[in-house]
Amino acid sequence: MSQAKVPVWVNVGLIPLFNISLAFLASALVFWAIGENPIEAAGYLLYGAFGYDEGIGYTLYYATNLIFTGLAVSVAFKAGLFNIGGEGQAYIGGLGVGLVCLWFDSSLPLLLIVPLAIVGGALFGAAWAYIPAYLQARRGSHIVITTIMFNFIASSLMVYLMVNWLKQEGLMSPISRTFEESAWLPYLHDLLAPFGIDIGDSPLNLAFVLALVCCVLYWGLVWHTRWGYQLRTVGTNPTAAQYAGIDNAKVTIWVMLISGGLAGLVGVNEIMGVNHSLLLNFTAGYGFAGIAVALMGRNHPVGIILAALLFGALYQGGGELAFEIPTITPEIVVVIQGLVILFSGALENMFKDKIEGLFLRRAAA
Amino acid sequence: MFETLILILDATLRVSTPLILAALAGLFSERSGIVDIGLEGKLLGGAFAAAAAASVFGSAWIGLLFAIAASVSLALIHGFACITHRGDHIVSGVAINTIVAGLTVTLGLDWFSQGGQTPSLTGAERFTPITLPFADQLADVPVLGLIYSELLSGHNILVYGAFLMVPLTYWIVFKTRFGLRLRAVGENPHAVDTAGISVAWVRYRAVIICGVLCGIAGAYLSTAHNAGFLKDMSAGKGYMALAALIFGKWKPVPVLLACLLFGFLDAVAVRLQGVSLPGIGEVPVQAIEVLPYVLTVLLLAGFIGKAVGPKAIGKPYVKERA
Repeated sequence: MSQAKVPVWVNVGLIPLFNISLAFLASALVFWAIGENPIEAAGYLLYGAFGYDEGIGYTLYYATNLIFTGLAVSVAFKAGLFNIGGEGQAYIGGLGVGLVCLWFDSSLPLLLIVPLAIVGGALFGAAWAYIPAYLQARRGSHIVITTIMFNFIASSLMVYLMVNWLKQEGLMSPISRTFEESAWLPYLHDLLAPFGIDIGDSPLNLAFVLALVCCVLYWGLVWHTRWGYQLRTVGTNPTAAQYAGIDNAKVTIWVMLISGGLAGLVGVNEIMGVNHSLLLNFTAGYGFAGIAVALMGRNHPVGIILAALLFGALYQGGGELAFEIPTITPEIVVVIQGLVILFSGALENMFKDKIEGLFLRRAAA
Repeated sequence: MFETLILILDATLRVSTPLILAALAGLFSERSGIVDIGLEGKLLGGAFAAAAAASVFGSAWIGLLFAIAASVSLALIHGFACITHRGDHIVSGVAINTIVAGLTVTLGLDWFSQGGQTPSLTGAERFTPITLPFADQLADVPVLGLIYSELLSGHNILVYGAFLMVPLTYWIVFKTRFGLRLRAVGENPHAVDTAGISVAWVRYRAVIICGVLCGIAGAYLSTAHNAGFLKDMSAGKGYMALAALIFGKWKPVPVLLACLLFGFLDAVAVRLQGVSLPGIGEVPVQAIEVLPYVLTVLLLAGFIGKAVGPKAIGKPYVKERA
């Protein structure tokens, strides 16, 4: 009996799907509670997200942010760390991207600004993650608490910088000047137009490609390098890692730098790709949504892309839904997101034992 | 000058009240070993339930009851995930915060059709200030009169309640049998289990108390401090309460002092908006707003004292078999 194993597809496929179905069932109950037909609502959601070219473009644009933050949360999870500070790291990362654009937009060509901005965003995001990482690794401060605190510190810092230094003269609202067009990350619809491909106007830009590249790099780094092996060992069993000669503190700091850097890339999409100026609150909860994406995607790049697509579709479809049914707010998407975190994260063990037991008994019989 | 100081301290008491209630709520939960970053969500949920019920039934007290019920339900979900199903405490807290942030606006729009707000509350739908005996007569007495009539008198019952909760919490946690068990399950659940006491039941009671206090704090936000529910009105107060809990090293009186300090900074920040101080110039409001978080990080880093939490915090307890 103890030799019997639960089939792999049960653990990576059936149980996660079961938990997500529960989350959607609970979401359906919320729709039902406010007197809306969940199936009709799902129809609007799907149409809004995938029904036409612009909708798909928006879905992929939202998914871009979610891939970045999902990967950020996930890589930290791999080392057993909970980086809840994606929001602040994305915020400061956006600052890095914005500063690069503001400094170089009239002096450098796009081809040089793009790599500089990517490096700027990643560096600023990583720097914001460095202090909590250092404090966790060297002084034992709990990283969850420090990263929460750093979200608030980031938010105050950005308000201060925008209001006092970066705001465009003569404007009431704290927005920087618009970048010269030479610092705009090209839209995909503009890039594809010369080839006669029409995908409709949407904010989808090259950052989406960057997000996919990050997924491949993540996969290579975590599963196919010595360093990734160290990382996973620290996450699975820190004591064993230490006995094997792995420097846990060093791994902690490095993985948080990568995590913060990934979160910082949200700025490339938002600041350089869409807003073309620095502004407040452009992170709009993507950092927290990344937690749901990472949990649902089971910390694997393929899963994260799928989960990001799903949540991207919810964001875009939620707007459509609110348009079609005025008594619904787009915030209902946040409820669904929370329910996914609850059922596929906090309550992941609820039915695990029962389902596994079912298969173990079958295997034994 | 003295009058300004009294006014700032008066504002401090009002701003600190929800922090004190939420931080004491967190104290019960975390002392029992259950990490609670869901304070924020319970606060927001409580605020919404209080305003909604107060507006429908026309009574702030009924609002308070609904706030407690809503917050305790959320606390029980947290308990169900963390205690019964050994789920990750942080993930569960994040889930609760996220669900509440969306659900309050969704239900608010459906019920009141005011863009996610509740109707503004008037009269008996709110907790009104209580004037302490002789406050008006004593107002002219120098120094003490002002302290009594402006600072101590004229708050609503929840403010006084929050301050009374501090000695009460101290007594429950450190002087009763339940308190001893509460602290024991947070430090060494195996020992408690060996003594024949149910770890799960002690922890469930702790999260229920946590829910009750968060509910009161939420009701304070929407039916006492403000006149109605606004989207995201908890605005990070739950997280700040968590910071105060750590800053106060999980002990009632230091937690109270931390809440008062954070509340004071908030009150000062409001006062200093656009004011130029002699010799220093204009202090950016953000620099003061951010101090509670910076101080907490410094404390956690061990630069100002050391914060050591309960030993078994965040760890699921699995009863040993065989």
